[in-house]
Amino acid sequence: MPYLGDEHTVRELRRALSNPNVQADHLRYRNTIHRVIRVMSQGQDVSGLYSEMVKACATVDIVQKKLVYVFLCAYASLNPELSLLVINTLRKDCSDHNPMIRSLALRNMCNLRLPGLSQYVQQPLTVGLKDKAACVRRVAVLGWAKIHTIQPTTGIDVAVVNELYGLLRDPDPVVMVNCLRALEEILQEEGGVAINKPIAHHLLNRLKLCDVWGQSEVLAVLQRYRPRSEDELFDILSLLDPALLSHHAPVMAATLRLFLSLCSTLPAVCMSALERVRGPLLAAAGSTSRELRYAALCHIQLLLRSEPGLMGEHYKRFFCGYAEPPYIKQNKMQVLVELVNDDNVAMVLDELRGYCTDVNTETSQTAINAIGSIGRSYTDRCLAILTGLLGLKQEHITSAVLQTLRDLVWVCPQCGDAVCSALEGWEDNLQDSQGRGALLWLLGVYGDRVTGAPYLLEDCIDGVRSEVSAEVKTELLTATLRLFLSRPAETQDMMGRLLVYCIEEEVDMCVRDQALLYYRLLHCGIEEVRQVLQGGRRSDPSLGPLIGRPPEPISQWASSFNTLEPLTLGASTVGNSDPATPKPSTLTPNTLTSNAEAMTPTPGDPHLPDCSSGALSLSVSPALTPEEFERLWLQLEKGACLEVCVACPVPRCSPEGLQVALQLVNIQTLAFTPPNTHPWRVYLYTHTSHISTKTPHTLILAELLHTGGEGEKEEEEEGEEEGEGEEEGEKEGEGEKEGEGEKEGEKEGEEEGEGEEEGDKEGQEEGDGEREKEKGLLVVMRQHPGDQTALRGFLSVLTTVLHTLSTHTA
Amino acid sequence: MISQVFILSSKGDHLIYKDFRGEAGKDAVNKFYEMVTALTGGQPPVVMKHKELHFVHIRQGGLYWVATTKADASPFTIIEFLNRLTALVKDYCGCLSEKSVQMNFALIYELLDEVVDFGYIQTTSTDILKNFIQTEAVSSKPFSLFDLSNVGLFGADTQQNKVAPSAAATRPIVSSQGEQGGKNEIFVDVIERMSVVIGANGVLMKADIEGEIRVKCYMPSCSEMRIGLNEEFSIGKSQLSGYGAAVRVDECSFHQAVRLDEFDTYRILKVCPSQGEQTVMQYQLCDDLPTAPPFRLFPSIERDSGGRLLMYLKLRCDLPPKRSLPLLSLFSPSLFSSLSQELSSPDQSAELQPKNKAVHWEIPRFPGGAQLSALFKLEVSGLSAASLQEVGPVSLSFELPKYTSTGLQIRFLRLSPIQPGPSQRWVRYVTHSDSYTIRI
Repeated sequence: MPYLGDEHTVRELRRALSNPNVQADHLRYRNTIHRVIRVMSQGQDVSGLYSEMVKACATVDIVQKKLVYVFLCAYASLNPELSLLVINTLRKDCSDHNPMIRSLALRNMCNLRLPGLSQYVQQPLTVGLKDKAACVRRVAVLGWAKIHTIQPTTGIDVAVVNELYGLLRDPDPVVMVNCLRALEEILQEEGGVAINKPIAHHLLNRLKLCDVWGQSEVLAVLQRYRPRSEDELFDILSLLDPALLSHHAPVMAATLRLFLSLCSTLPAVCMSALERVRGPLLAAAGSTSRELRYAALCHIQLLLRSEPGLMGEHYKRFFCGYAEPPYIKQNKMQVLVELVNDDNVAMVLDELRGYCTDVNTETSQTAINAIGSIGRSYTDRCLAILTGLLGLKQEHITSAVLQTLRDLVWVCPQCGDAVCSALEGWEDNLQDSQGRGALLWLLGVYGDRVTGAPYLLEDCIDGVRSEVSAEVKTELLTATLRLFLSRPAETQDMMGRLLVYCIEEEVDMCVRDQALLYYRLLHCGIEEVRQVLQGGRRSDPSLGPLIGRPPEPISQWASSFNTLEPLTLGASTVGNSDPATPKPSTLTPNTLTSNAEAMTPTPGDPHLPDCSSGALSLSVSPALTPEEFERLWLQLEKGACLEVCVACPVPRCSPEGLQVALQLVNIQTLAFTPPNTHPWRVYLYTHTSHISTKTPHTLILAELLHTGGEGEKEEEEEGEEEGEGEEEGEKEGEGEKEGEGEKEGEKEGEEEGEGEEEGDKEGQEEGDGEREKEKGLLVVMRQHPGDQTALRGFLSVLTTVLHTLSTHTA
Repeated sequence: MISQVFILSSKGDHLIYKDFRGEAGKDAVNKFYEMVTALTGGQPPVVMKHKELHFVHIRQGGLYWVATTKADASPFTIIEFLNRLTALVKDYCGCLSEKSVQMNFALIYELLDEVVDFGYIQTTSTDILKNFIQTEAVSSKPFSLFDLSNVGLFGADTQQNKVAPSAAATRPIVSSQGEQGGKNEIFVDVIERMSVVIGANGVLMKADIEGEIRVKCYMPSCSEMRIGLNEEFSIGKSQLSGYGAAVRVDECSFHQAVRLDEFDTYRILKVCPSQGEQTVMQYQLCDDLPTAPPFRLFPSIERDSGGRLLMYLKLRCDLPPKRSLPLLSLFSPSLFSSLSQELSSPDQSAELQPKNKAVHWEIPRFPGGAQLSALFKLEVSGLSAASLQEVGPVSLSFELPKYTSTGLQIRFLRLSPIQPGPSQRWVRYVTHSDSYTIRI
């Protein structure tokens, strides 16, 4: 069809519609209307034909009627006056003897979405609720919901609401489900339809009669019901159990969600539900519909967060098919990484190795990253593959491998040798700036072991003028300085050239500032440089224990199961280009190094204004016994004491993980409460000393306290002082704390009016959610003797660690 | 709940647009197209978010089928609904293509109107819908090349003329009265998808089969149908009995309408199929093929003195001799610049696809038990020893009609009581390669 302008088409159609000859011949009339709708759905504006179409509405031909209604509903809001003309016809149809016409008229009357409509519609709707034909009742029930959305202010009559509750017992299952839907919308402000025991049991008993869509909606509504007793709970569960195995994914997912919410206090039942649902989920993950596959894969990832072993033996189901779209391949690799164990590692790596040469560069990068993540536990095998890939001399592969090696070395310093031998004799010229950054970082850190390092750096320095990426330049500066420390003779000259260029000619402020900083640092003496630049490497292994994250409780993700969230989440991580590895690898080289430097406060650290006085070092010796700690804590209460609120969420890692991480920056953890208790506390201590100024050692004691609400904080602190006396710093003390935390939760639960059995758990979780919003840790520090600089330094180290931890585990 | 449903062609033309709740404006359609075309290949496009509005879409028949929602709905429900909608459109219009959707837009509006009300899914069962749907489908020309390329899930329908009347399964379920013959047809398809990985040493690394029995019914009212499967059909690992003859699957699930009272003893499924297409049974088999994989590849790759890569591939088909293979294509990702080839017979063809970095070898006929070979000489810029590593894997795609790799057969298909008038029952088998990869 040749494209005609809107005006022209509308004029022509109008002429046809108002032609009496056309109107007389119902086939021609219908065809003309057909054309109107076609033009409309192509996106052209034909609202000008409204009055002609209103006339066309009065017909006995059902097909024509339906077509006209499609048109009228689409444009009603533009022509409110004219639409009122239709209402007469519609009202007449509402009393037609044919139920199909009645339902059609009733439905479209409500679909007009006109604010002044409700007065005309209420009467037919009330009649419709009592209609003999189920299809009319279905429409009438939803009609009330439509009226409610058009005019949310005028409440729906209580009598109607009661009638809708009554219709929950309607013999037609769709009417029943529609009643639930309508009541949910009408009673939204009161928290939706009230589910009491008789209603819940009625719904459960009729579940089988509903179709797939109805079932999943009923199951969703039932989530609000709390069984009165354990017996009732188990009756419901055994009734629902077969639905877990349903081969309709919507029903299966809705059932599992209901299971998880009903059994939030029974982790064992939840776990067995996850086991049951494995089969259907795997089937969905292999479905013909790619989109369903993707949804299932995203949800499998959620499940694996709590039970990593769930899919272990089915790892082959996550091998990629060659024709699958990249987003599914990448998702499957993310799952594969989680499933690796001693038995299947060889197969999985072999498979992943195959994906590294995928045509799609993002897929191949994901595969390389995935191998890198597996390398944290199976270092040798993965290193062999990764270094082998370097031999392919493919730009994007090499770049991804270098980045992965950098991340791997950072976590597992023991693979340094293998990386060095891979870098030996390097001659490639990389185009990709991220890859080049990674290469420079590796050269800087392992420069002493790679013979050719100075030559490679020299090439870069010679080409620095044509370098566009500021990140690569800062990386180059750091690498050169590091190399200067290990091989001064070869590096001195080119370092001079680089610094001159960066200070004199560079336009990027960050690069220039960094060059200036290094220049001045060099003036301070070689020891300072060493302290600043090589300090970072010391903290490498700290990330090691954080990788193997402990299984999360199911409640962490249960609320997002069967929602769109897991799917959109997947979208954002894949966008980051390396989704397979957890956060540490997504740090750009720049942030990596700056993080490392921040671990030991450097002169560049904004927290320390007097940078010239030299760096600060922390040490755990001499060790402190819990008794001593307690004594000192009470003693120092009056003295030097500082309370700071740090904007940092509670790290989600295990207490052991936190302990190890803090230990690596020489902060000793003495006691802590178990995770997820409130208030959450950790007691720490460390000794500080200044390297250059030789001030006496300072002992810092600190308490991390996470409460939530502002109002609570004061109370909490008072309580804490009392608690201090009992605090032995040993396990018993912790136990008491835990008890305290639980009591807290209980209290809250009651306040929220949920005095039921699950109340305490519920309340606690809700409290959890609330508190998370008010992220913040209170750090109470006491020290002896007083030294503000040391205190600030300590604080910055502590916050860095906490931030790192929370980003890794978030 | 669903806010809007719309269908776009791959070029972004609006085909169907229906707003159920009036929550979001019509500009959402353009916004969606903007977002979906702005994506680079690697991103997961199933769910996208713009402000408050979530777009969930699937791609079928070269079209975008999109549902938008403001509430946090269940992704499974929406995706399954869209899948079901495409199935309904396919049932009613015969096939899924831009053309058929365009021609039947009135019918699709009518369908949408009955299927969804105010964003809530009312019913998707053809039994109920057939009472309400009045518009007749306009089918495109019954047999044209254009249609053939679009038809069928796996393209398996190209083989139809051997099995069933041409285009029989691709006409609308409700046709105008008096269309001669074929009115009372019922098709039972056993479709298996194979995903196989064979290691470089020829060892079978993975072999999964996912199968389903699909019934497509054209009878306006069908009485009970009994489908008899192989008597020695067993489910699960424990029931393995006897030698070889048993047909075994790991897991098996049935449509909720299937009655299984005779399944345990006689392996009979009883079902009253409603008009249209439905899957009555799904099954899976993992890592335990009853027969050898249908194709074996014996590759040898070397560098010749002139710096070219020589790829000598020998492909053997292990199927019984009478079978012939319609189409086979072969990919092997690598970085080549030019290709010269020697193939074992003239009707084969091979070409280089620089975009996919692949060599595409097409074999139109491949008799069972035969062995074909090909020699590819490839110019590779900067050939090194490592380049050899980069060649492969080889992927095969094929369809094997009249073949099930699990051995599942349908013994009989009975309608009771016997339908008045002539009724035709067709049973078709096809095995399709979901992913058949051979490492080199």
